[in-house]
Order: sequence, then structure tokens, then C-alpha cells
Amino acid sequence: MSTTTPAAPARRWPAVPGPLRTGAGFALAAVVLFAVAPAVLSDFRLGLLGKFLCFAIVAAGIGLAWGRGGMLTLGQGLFFGMGAYVMAMHLKLADAQVRGDAVPDFMSIAGVRDVPGWWQPFASPVVTLLVVLLAPGAVAVLLGLMVFKRRVKGAYFAILSQALAAALATWVVGQQMLGGSNGLNRFRTFFGFDLSDPANRRLLFFIAAGTLLVVVAVVRQLMRSRYGELLVAVRDQEERVRFLGYDPANVKVVAYTVAATFAGIAGALFVPLVGIISPSDVGIVPSISFLIGVAIGGRDTLLGPVLGAIGIAWAESSLSESFPSAWVYAQGALFIVVVGFLPGGLASLGGVLRRRGRPAERVPHEEPDEPASVRTTEPEKEPVA
Amino acid sequence: MSTHTPSTRTERDPLFGGNAGMGSEYLEVRGLSVTFDGFKAVQDVDLTLLQGDLRFLIGPNGAGKTTVIDAITGLVPATGKVNKSGTQLLGRKTHQIARSGVGRTFQTASVFEELTVLQNLDIAAGAGRSPWTMLRRRPGVEPRIAEVLDTIGLASLAEVRAGILAHGQKQWLEIGMLLVGNADVLLLDEPVAGMSKEEREQTGQLLRRIGAERTVVVVEHDMDFMRQFATSVTVLARGRVIAEGSVAEVQADPRVQEVYLGTTAAAEYTAEIGGA
Ligand SMILES: Nc1ncnc2c1ncn2[C@@H]1O[C@H](COP(=O)(O)OP(=O)(O)O)[C@@H](O)[C@H]1O
Ligand SMILES: [Mg+2]
Repeated sequence: MSTTTPAAPARRWPAVPGPLRTGAGFALAAVVLFAVAPAVLSDFRLGLLGKFLCFAIVAAGIGLAWGRGGMLTLGQGLFFGMGAYVMAMHLKLADAQVRGDAVPDFMSIAGVRDVPGWWQPFASPVVTLLVVLLAPGAVAVLLGLMVFKRRVKGAYFAILSQALAAALATWVVGQQMLGGSNGLNRFRTFFGFDLSDPANRRLLFFIAAGTLLVVVAVVRQLMRSRYGELLVAVRDQEERVRFLGYDPANVKVVAYTVAATFAGIAGALFVPLVGIISPSDVGIVPSISFLIGVAIGGRDTLLGPVLGAIGIAWAESSLSESFPSAWVYAQGALFIVVVGFLPGGLASLGGVLRRRGRPAERVPHEEPDEPASVRTTEPEKEPVA
Repeated sequence: MSTHTPSTRTERDPLFGGNAGMGSEYLEVRGLSVTFDGFKAVQDVDLTLLQGDLRFLIGPNGAGKTTVIDAITGLVPATGKVNKSGTQLLGRKTHQIARSGVGRTFQTASVFEELTVLQNLDIAAGAGRSPWTMLRRRPGVEPRIAEVLDTIGLASLAEVRAGILAHGQKQWLEIGMLLVGNADVLLLDEPVAGMSKEEREQTGQLLRRIGAERTVVVVEHDMDFMRQFATSVTVLARGRVIAEGSVAEVQADPRVQEVYLGTTAAAEYTAEIGGA
């Protein structure tokens, strides 16, 4: 067709870096996490960074489900909490076993003689790990199929997932066997390793760092795969995808399940790193915080969510030490500014600056030499850059 | 575009009544009705579409043309029967109907703007891919996609983001997306609306070529365009089929002239058939 003049392919800053930059990026991240951080940070600060890495693992999943898949995952605290409480139950049982007690310490204080039946499977490390890895994903599959097959609209999905996170937090508060609102804490060992030993705590940090790298690699592969392209298509035009023979519900469920699984793993790592899990770590507030870091970092990109989550968590812990009440407002304000003025997050800042003063991208095409003979519907639309 | 002659296909032109004889693919619509809150948008429509027949579906605005396509593709609930070469379509889900080989385009082009032309086509070609294939990267350009890129004249724009294509190019991309998906029934809703004369001409040629071995229905208002490319025509007014036949037959039909000219006789006719 004569109107299609060959155009220089419009280059965009890729949301997913190519192999060379990725290799360099992974190498750099590995050096920072495995060599620099342990060398320059105190044990306390390293533990803090480990906690931020857990949030980053959650954020990587949100980046996939929300940034790429358009699902506003406002309730990741649900899956984070599942992973965390399952791990916490196992650690309490293992501690009791090490000390030769029949029940975990907080239960014996409460006068409980026997471990409740529903706790017992988590005495096994294998069962615990399997449940951590599989249960959040299984719940996400069920929930996702229920919601997406019925074509529940985005806002209702967000509200529903948030309500479930709130429900989990409320339920846990009422569970004396889960420590109620105090949560579960004072863990002494982690799969046989003494948690008071700084060397073991460093090992734990390395596990979190390694997990984060794997998670980022998985998300990168998904984003670059055909599935990743389809996911973006579903995000932008769900109905259109149906007419090409796909069921968008299945496409969304995959990303949602991956995000849930990551959140569960992060929760399980959070428990030994931080030493406590309580309802306030799994309810609405943490669920929203996860999202804020992702939005600020740039939800559509590979690294934006990860760096955003770490940055926000770091800012929170350093600012809330000095201005505890101001932080909440600062976080809210930052969120509004970014979402309002920089929807792509900080990751899009470079692109925005680069585009300044350059003509908008468009394909050169000859203008029609005469108007269409009959204008039947809307007039010809100008292609928008 | 006349320079692109697909080498692998037998060159047959679309014909009135189809060009494939017995045993050809078909789409048979019987008694199709669609009601919106008591308003009968489509009433008792019968259509028999044969492979190799380039059928135009015309009619004034609001006649129900888009609704007929919506009903066939499962977008709106309908009563009646839609039979595609032996398979009943009505009542099945949209994506299942699409998988059975019925493709459609929309009045306003709806390509995936954030993705490149090639990515758009690759997605359209892939509804049957295995999970394993989906989780890996696109290795290169599949031959059938390369062929379609040539057919729709977008080969040089394969790596361009679809959102920045010109209006006509988006419509061609949409048609290409149906071709790579191996749809053999193509329902095109006003594919040349808003196109320049030259683009219309090119699109008409494209429709003729792809219509040779598929069942193609084109919704269109433009009578010149219809005269030039249709092999058969169905005229819809107020949700009913009022005429059907060759271009000449339909043009000679007084009721069609009435509908298009808006005479008093047309009003009488619609009163006679009980239109609202
Ligand atoms: N979803 C809908 N709800 C209610 N009325 C509709 C809907 N879609 C179409 N209609 C009505 O049905 C009639 C036929 O519309 P349509 O099929 O779009 O006409 P055409 O494509 O021939 O211009 C119009 O009167 C329109 O207002
Ligand atoms: Mg219409």
C-alpha cells in the first residue's frame, strides 16, 4: 500500500531492559546485595534492608499484576499474611520442640496444654514450605476465577481484595492461638539455625536477596514472553482479546496467582527477618503501602516496583523515626503527586525529560489528497502519539 | 497494493452465491432477533453466507447492522440460530465463537495501541498456543504472519507501535489480525469509514482477495464503494432484512430506494411491517 512509507521504528525506552543491560543489572544488584550491603551496614541496618527486600518481592508481583495486567491488587496483605503466619506457626512449633516443650511459649502462658489440631501439620518443615509456596497461589486461582470469569469490574475487584485482607487481619485478631492482636513473635531458630547468631541473620538476608533476584528474573521472563504481551493486551482492551479467541480471565488469573505466590514467599521470609508478625502487618494499611511503593517507582516497568518499594520503606523507617505522624501525610502526598502528574512513576521521569522539545512520535504518512467521498461515521481521527 | 499477489493462494474472485460450490464453508443465520429493553433492534433476520461471496450488509444508521454482528459473535444475547458449517454458535461464549473461526472488526479500530504491529498480529495468531510456548519469547516472525504483513501492506511498519498508525492502517491491521487467526468468517463493521478515496480503493482490493476463499461480510454505507466491490448485498432497515440479491437487483428494488431516500412510501412500508 502506497501510504505506508517505511518509517524509522519509533524507539521507546524499553520497560524491560535487553539481555546485556539485564546481565549488567543483575551483576550489579548481586554485588550490592551480597558484598557491599553486608560490608557497610550494621547488623541492625542489614536486617532492616532484608525487611525492605521482602516488600520488594511483594512489589515485583504487584508490578506484574497491576502494572502489566491492570488488576488493582489492593489486598496483597492477604497473601503476605498467609505466608507469614504459616511460617510463624512452624517456627513456634520448632522452637518448642528444641526446648522440649509440648506447646509454644505463648500457649503455655495462656494455659494451653496441647497444640491445636490445625497447627500440627506445620510442625513439618516440608509441609510448611509447600503451604507457603502453594496456598497463596491456590487461593488466588480460586478468587481470580470467581472474580474474572464473572467479569467483575476493576473497582470491585480492588475493593473485594482489600476487604479480604481486612477480613484476614480481623480474623487473626480474634484468634488467641495466633497471638491475637499481638501476633506471633520471639522466634529463636530458623530450620535449625540459631536466629540470635549474627552470621545466621546475615544468611537470612542473603536468602531474601537471592529470592528477590529470582523473583525479578521470573517477572522479567514473563514480561518479555508472549504471555507478557498478551497480558498488556488484556489490560488495555480486555473485550477485544475475547474476539481473538482468548478468555481474558485465564490470562489475568496467571498474573494474579504469580503475584500472590510472591507475596506469600515474602511473608514467610519477613517472619524470621523481622521477628514478629501481627495483624497490623497484613491488613489494609500494609496492603496499600505495597501499592504506593509500586506506583511511585513505576508500575509498568521491571525495576520500578522493586526500587519504589525499597525506597518508600527506607523513607518510612528513617522519616518516621524523626517525624512519626508526618510520614503518613508525606506518603499520601507523594502518592497523589506521582499518580496525578507522573502516572508512569519515577521510572518514567527519564523518558518524560527526554521527550521534551522533541516532536511527538508518529508515523509519516501521506495526507489523503482528497476527502473521503462519504463521511459515514466519525471523521478521520488523527493518530495520537 | 495490486503489486502484492499472494503466491500461495489460488486466484479466484468472489462470486455471487459463492465460488466454492458444494461442500464449501458457510454461515447460516435463521430467525435472529435481538431485543434491548423491549426495543427490537434486530427482528427475525435470515442470512445465508457462502464461502467466496463478498457480501455487503447495508442500511441506514440504526438499522441494526452492528447488532447483527454483535449477536453472531456473542457480544449481545440473541434468539434464533447461527450455524457455521454445522456448528451452532448462538449461546456460546465470545472467545469460543472466535476460536471456531468467526472474526470481526469494530467500527472504531481497536488494535492494542501499546503493542507493535507485529505483537498485535502475533497475539491474534496465538489463541491455540500451548502454555509452554506462551511463556517463552517470540522467536521471530512466523511465516504466516510475515505473509499477512505483506498482504495488509504493513511489512515496513512491523516494529512500530500500533497506536501511532494512521486510521486506515489500523483498520488494515485489524483485518490482518483476523487473517493470521485463521478466521474463515470475517465480519467487518464499516472498515473503510473515514478512509481516503485511495485507501478505500486499496481496502476494496484487499477485501476481494481475502474474500476469495473466505466468507466475508462488510457493513458499509457508501453506495459507490458497495457497487464497486460487492458480489451480493443484504439491505437491513429497522432491524429487518428488506432486500437481498446482486448489486443490480438491490438497487432496482423500490423499497431500498425508499429507505435510502426517505420517501413517504418508506414510512408506509415500515408501518406495514410493524416497525416502531
Ligand atoms: N446495547 C444497546 N442497548 C440499547 N440499544 C441498542 C444497543 N445497541 C444498539 N442499540 C440500538 O439498536 C439499534 C441498532 O443499532 P446498530 O446495530 O448499532 O445500528 P447500525 O450499526 O445499523 O447503525 C439502534 O437503534 C441502537 O440505538
Ligand atoms: Mg453500526
